[in-house]
Amino acid sequence: MRVNVRQREGVTILDLKGKITIGVGDVALREAIHQALAAGANKILVNLEDVSTIDSSGVGELVSAYTTVTNRGGKLRLLNLPPKVADILQITQLITVFDVYEDEEEAIRSF
Amino acid sequence: MPAESLPFQLTIGSRFENIELVQAVLSDALSAYDLDEENRHWVDLAVREAVANAIKHGNRLEPDKRVEIDLELSGSELVIRVRDQGEGFDPGSVIDPLAPENRLRPNGRGILYMQKFMDEIDYDFQPGRGTELTLRKRLGTAPEGAAEAEGPSDDGPR
Repeated sequence: MRVNVRQREGVTILDLKGKITIGVGDVALREAIHQALAAGANKILVNLEDVSTIDSSGVGELVSAYTTVTNRGGKLRLLNLPPKVADILQITQLITVFDVYEDEEEAIRSF
Repeated sequence: MPAESLPFQLTIGSRFENIELVQAVLSDALSAYDLDEENRHWVDLAVREAVANAIKHGNRLEPDKRVEIDLELSGSELVIRVRDQGEGFDPGSVIDPLAPENRLRPNGRGILYMQKFMDEIDYDFQPGRGTELTLRKRLGTAPEGAAEAEGPSDDGPR
């Protein structure tokens, strides 16, 4: 999985591309979150538009990212869920845990 | 449905990167069967979970321990078996990842994935002799009115 990091209006946007799966993608997500927090980010928007697969480890890493950021007083939100990722969040009943947006401008304003 | 391409059997060492090899072989095999792209994706994901569990929880990431994966067609049912060389596994010991108190735990969702994406999963284990997990998926067009029984529930993928 590839992670591109952007800044917009005080929001750190992580554009994820590829598979968030055990051993590779989940580790890359964890590192990206830790780096963003180390850089002082407290508003993090995770863009999942180009994520093709998310396994249970990937979902676990998203949950960990959410709790880590929240416990530090920050906010983590999700942007552009592909249908299969949305299905997974429904099945795992995490869809109600995350704030999810379909429009980047709206997501940025929400912080 | 070309029976000549079945069964296949694959043996891998216990490394996560080998899951990609399993996925490549499986995707190629599944493309020959009566499964739409959506269902192929979910079967891929269920097998990914099964193999990941075998590597991590069964073989405890010991690279010399093997995971065997085989696939066969039994009637109109796709049957995938995943065996590890671990100490055995009691599925009853796994937490319910949907319980409110577990919702934010980082792990424990692998079996849920398999249950949702396959028609049936069974564990066979004996202490010290590894675990064999059997995943079953019915192929072909569901008869009229069988949709509820065939796939995951309305709140999940089809």
